[in-house]
Amino acid sequence: MTYSAKRRRASRRPLLAPYLFLTPAIVLFVLFLAVPIGYTAYLAMRRTRVSGLGLGGGSRREVFAGFDNFAAAITDGELWAGWLRVLGYGAIVLVVMLGLALVFALALDSARVRLARFGRIAIFLPYAVPGVAASLLWGFLYLPSLSPIRAVLDVDLLGATTVTYSMANVAVWGGTGFNMLVLYTALRAVPRDYYEAARLDGATETQIALRIKIPLLMPAIILTTVFSIIATIQVFTEPTTLRPFTNTISSTWSPLMKVYRDAFVTGDLYAAAATSIVIAAVSFVLAFGFLRVVRDRAFGEG
Amino acid sequence: MRATRLGAALAAALAATLTLSGCGGGEPAGTPEAARTQSQAPQGPVKLTYWTWAPNMDKVVEVWNKAHPDIQVTVSKQAGGDDAAAKFLTAAKAGNPPDLVQAEYQHLPSFVAAEAVADLKAETETVKGEFGEGVWGLVTLGTDGVYAVPQDSGPMMLFYRQDLFDEYGIEVPKTWDEYAEAARAVRKKDPKVYLGTFSSKDPGAFTGLAQQAGAQWWSISGEAWKVDIADAPTVKVADYWDGLVKEGAIDDTPYFTPEWNKALADGKLLTWPSAIWAPGTLESNAPKAEGKWAIAPMPQWNAGENHTGFWGGSSVAVAAKSPNRAAAARFATWLNTDPEAVGALVKEAAIYPAATKAQTALTEAPGYFANQPDFWQQAAQASAGARGFTFGPNVGVTYNAFRDGFDKALQDGSPFSGAVRAMHEATVADMRKSGFSLAS
Repeated sequence: MTYSAKRRRASRRPLLAPYLFLTPAIVLFVLFLAVPIGYTAYLAMRRTRVSGLGLGGGSRREVFAGFDNFAAAITDGELWAGWLRVLGYGAIVLVVMLGLALVFALALDSARVRLARFGRIAIFLPYAVPGVAASLLWGFLYLPSLSPIRAVLDVDLLGATTVTYSMANVAVWGGTGFNMLVLYTALRAVPRDYYEAARLDGATETQIALRIKIPLLMPAIILTTVFSIIATIQVFTEPTTLRPFTNTISSTWSPLMKVYRDAFVTGDLYAAAATSIVIAAVSFVLAFGFLRVVRDRAFGEG
Repeated sequence: MRATRLGAALAAALAATLTLSGCGGGEPAGTPEAARTQSQAPQGPVKLTYWTWAPNMDKVVEVWNKAHPDIQVTVSKQAGGDDAAAKFLTAAKAGNPPDLVQAEYQHLPSFVAAEAVADLKAETETVKGEFGEGVWGLVTLGTDGVYAVPQDSGPMMLFYRQDLFDEYGIEVPKTWDEYAEAARAVRKKDPKVYLGTFSSKDPGAFTGLAQQAGAQWWSISGEAWKVDIADAPTVKVADYWDGLVKEGAIDDTPYFTPEWNKALADGKLLTWPSAIWAPGTLESNAPKAEGKWAIAPMPQWNAGENHTGFWGGSSVAVAAKSPNRAAAARFATWLNTDPEAVGALVKEAAIYPAATKAQTALTEAPGYFANQPDFWQQAAQASAGARGFTFGPNVGVTYNAFRDGFDKALQDGSPFSGAVRAMHEATVADMRKSGFSLAS
């Protein structure tokens, strides 16, 4: 702050340059973020009003609806049932995916592991598989008559209770590598002398991991958790892709699926707009809430 | 502290972006690839875009383009089904629809209600006589307007594995009672084989079965819609399949899934009550069974009747916003009534034409059914017994309620008739919310 202020005073240049540099970003932001958000908010306050049979010309008008769409979205039991399902799914994904990512990152970072480069790539590779392809691939593995898993394990992997785990498995498979890489990169940035000092003090590898590496990793862990929470809230690809394979996933399994259904299946863009704003608000609260809870632990001492 | 703020702001911004991008698809999507030039009509050829998913349609259109240098049509291949309907509605709302669009009969009322398609009454006056009354009713919706030109129809028939029927010693069922008996007999002979399956993913098939039983889900009385989805025939059909699925006589694998494909290919499914377009599906899913399948009329509810329903079938509609409506209507009528065009449609796109004259002109059975030389005669007979049906303005809602309702019924064992009632309630609630006049 003070540094740039000094510079500014010293050079006495006009203040145009920074804004020029900012222009592309601002234009893009307005065009592709602010305007669509505004349009969504506008749509959410509208609805169509049909008169008579709705077949003749001019029998369909768009009218102002106030907060009716929001009221309908908030009072819709299916939406909240969807949140509950996603919460359960998210709990599994977050714990397993981030847990595995952390374990892998620590393992790769520890000097004892050979094949670190190969391991890194092998774990990261699934992240490069697009979500739809991954879901289809796993979907075929889950299907009773095609599944090789069924030959060993006699469980209906697409049953009412198991389907959540099956979907979580797809997300974990695809997401662990990315999170591992974030954590691993953070670990590599830690100066090696910390470990040396710890070893001189007689700490074991486990103690180093628990007492030194994990506390140092906290900011990175929180970052990956926030991103994972947001990604989980928006789960759409896995259930939508697996839906044709099973009768256990409804068209409103997750909140975003309900938005898609309203907009493109039942043709009510206005309800979809209102629901998506409700989802954005909930995501906001969850992501913020999480940061608030962990803020002191993560950054308090820094 | 600073880091927290930044992190929170970042997270919040990201959350908003990603969430909204989920519905960003609601924005104008899918502009027609070929340029539609509004001012070009007087000078140079008229250019039309045509959204369709019929295979090889470009070859049929080629015939037109050669003969009509002043009206050039470009085919834009679509994904088909409900997605294509949603895409067209979105494009129409955004103001840049294609000139011509393939419209499945059940989606046409939604297109009309959204004012996305033009009334072609004047342009189609001369070709009205080419079509049967049933199929013509599907494009007029019982009103004075004509909203599309019928292209193909999908009368339902029973497709069955002749060789395996012989092997298990089963007669071709003439009534649904006999079908149920045959289903039980098959299970006794080989517990790995099913006579058929009930699909909770294909509302179109169920609608056809309900039509056959005499269901009338929507009708127009005066200036109001009458909705009766849970009517007696529909509940009868639902209860019938409910019983068979619950006792294990019939499988519940949905159609068009990898599981179903495998069952077809392995000869684990012996029948498929399907529509006239089924040979294409069977050919690609069970190529090895060529010559082993045969067709028969649908099993009847009462012995001696000859009723069937429709599953699928499309028309060609002209977008209300098309600047070249007259040219588009000319192409649409040519495509579906001109003998050369319809002949090409049958040959290239393997459709069952809606035009009556073209139906009788069909002689050579599809290759996959070479063992059944009277294939088209059977089809024509079935077609003659098809019951009329009116689709409502919100079929999307009804069909979605079908999938959710029957998925749930299969899942928790609740009665199918409950799912039918849920379909009715969802449909009525949606129409009421939109403000349609409803007759009680």
